[in-house]
Amino acid sequence: MAAEQTSGGDGERFVARGDWRNHSITSVLPTLEGLETSTGRGRIEIDLSGVDAMDTAGAWLIRRLITAKQTQGRDVALVGATSNIDELIAVLPERAPAPAAPTGPRPSLFERTFTPVGRIVTDVAGDLVAAMHILGSAVRGAQMKFGKGGGISPASVVNQIDHMGVRAVPIIALMSFLIGAIIAQQGAFQLRYFGAEIFVVDLVGILQLREVGVLLTAIMIAGRSGSAITAEIGSMKMREEIDALTVIGLNPVGVLIFPRLVALTIILPLLTIIANFAALYGAAVVTWTYSGITFETFLARLHQAVDHTSVASGMIKAPFMALAIGIVAAVEGMKVGGSAESLGKHVTASVVKSIFAVIVMDSFFAIFYSAIDF
Amino acid sequence: MAGTQKDAAQKERQVVLSVHDLTVGFGSTIVLDNLNLDIYRGEILGFVGASGTGKSVLMRTVLRLLPRRGGSIKILGTDYDEATDEQRVALDTRLGVLFQHGALFSSLTVKENIQLPMREYLDLPQSLMDELAFLKIEMVGLAPEAADKYPSELSGGMIKRAALARALALDPDLVFLDEPTSGLDPIGAAEFDMLIARLRDTLGLTVYMVTHDLDSLFSVCDRIAVLGQKRVLVEGTLEDMFAFDDPWVQSYFRGKRARSVVTTEQDATPTAQSD
Repeated sequence: MAAEQTSGGDGERFVARGDWRNHSITSVLPTLEGLETSTGRGRIEIDLSGVDAMDTAGAWLIRRLITAKQTQGRDVALVGATSNIDELIAVLPERAPAPAAPTGPRPSLFERTFTPVGRIVTDVAGDLVAAMHILGSAVRGAQMKFGKGGGISPASVVNQIDHMGVRAVPIIALMSFLIGAIIAQQGAFQLRYFGAEIFVVDLVGILQLREVGVLLTAIMIAGRSGSAITAEIGSMKMREEIDALTVIGLNPVGVLIFPRLVALTIILPLLTIIANFAALYGAAVVTWTYSGITFETFLARLHQAVDHTSVASGMIKAPFMALAIGIVAAVEGMKVGGSAESLGKHVTASVVKSIFAVIVMDSFFAIFYSAIDF
Repeated sequence: MAGTQKDAAQKERQVVLSVHDLTVGFGSTIVLDNLNLDIYRGEILGFVGASGTGKSVLMRTVLRLLPRRGGSIKILGTDYDEATDEQRVALDTRLGVLFQHGALFSSLTVKENIQLPMREYLDLPQSLMDELAFLKIEMVGLAPEAADKYPSELSGGMIKRAALARALALDPDLVFLDEPTSGLDPIGAAEFDMLIARLRDTLGLTVYMVTHDLDSLFSVCDRIAVLGQKRVLVEGTLEDMFAFDDPWVQSYFRGKRARSVVTTEQDATPTAQSD
């Protein structure tokens, strides 16, 4: 394609030739920009008889050229165009439409600095209220507006237990086995200097049962099931399924979130027990391999080191952590907006916030237990 | 290139899309069986059929979103299976698709949605792409303010229009529209039909339109094809439809709803011609 300029007589003449379509107009852009800004006198003729094909992009360039020349106060005539091209150029507006510029004064520096901070504070407050709302609605159950039915749907809870609990067993067991083995190995190497290798059993037993077992299981579940809950509820929100439940007269929190919360509070303690057994088994294998402590000795020592408070103090934390994971996931799911990006953002936020919540809760439990000497 | 196009324009009914002996199935069910279909340059083909007869399957197969069991599909004279990679890319830029629910990218604004294909395929400065995007937005009847909105902030009709603007971003030769007027109010739907007809006239588009809207079929479609019994039952003008002896086709085109549209169309025709 090409565009060239000839002048003579009482005006100028622009000749366009070739294929004026969007993939080929790049080559002619500099020429056209030159023509648009050039000045001259008299009438201008734009000859399109050599144009083979033209689409909106090519037509727009011609239209823009005509407008530019007309604003210079010159007469422009289009010659040689086929009827299709003529019509195409005619339907284009003279100027590219553009949105109205935003009006109103620019916010002050003070406003721009403190608006985000204030927004974060109100967001946190809003999250807390939403969490309480979800907890409250969940306790009320899947009740209809007029009080019929309600309570808990066992099938849905069992289904969630299968998804979030039973299918998590292999990964939780494997992870805990390795964690127990690692703690035992590191402990054994350090305690060897003092000739106190047998105390590695105390170390692993107490650490695993009181802290690590429940904490890592909760983190794993936050990543595995918390994200799933947020994604499920979020995509239901996007497709107006939550609105449909409300209109039908059901409490969406009760129908969707309550079974998940119940399932989480059941499975997290159970998974913690599995995690504890797996970790102790891993520790026993490692101490036997590296330090020659037999299973009998390990069990005897474990029996002396661990009393019921160690087991109970870990297990008590599990349901609370499960509730925290479930509520954070549900709150984030309910906040999902219309776009896929917002879904991704809230799933990320759900995992990060629930892991953070679990660790904060764990530290509060640690302070509490030491205060009551449990 | 230029010469062949002029020759093609002279040849009256150039085939743009040709589907030959197409068979598509899922598992043990055959959805389309030895289906044949031709679409000619510059026409608007309306595609109808009862729900579940495979209209969407056919469109998705033509667009290569579904695998086929047999048969060949030629788009703009090129068989995709035999094309080189360059030819395939060139072919992709000459097709535009309006999906039933818009399928706008939800994390991009309307303007970015329209510019996405331009950015990929064309080497144009940003200022020109902005102008072109705004032109497309105006062409489909959206306000310029819609350009910076995200799809979740748009109404159903605006999503359809924005999606059409994206389908037209590269000035394609062949446009596939999947139920373009479903979910629009009658006035909006009529405007949309007129828009498609105007674009066909100015840009020389060929339109493949899956629709259930009798108004669209009667007002803008040059030719109608009916899908049934796993093949194209009948194709042709409206008169052919009325004459065709099949219970479904008869009840579709001669039902109560169709009759009311036909009478209003006939009433409206003289005024439409006068302006």
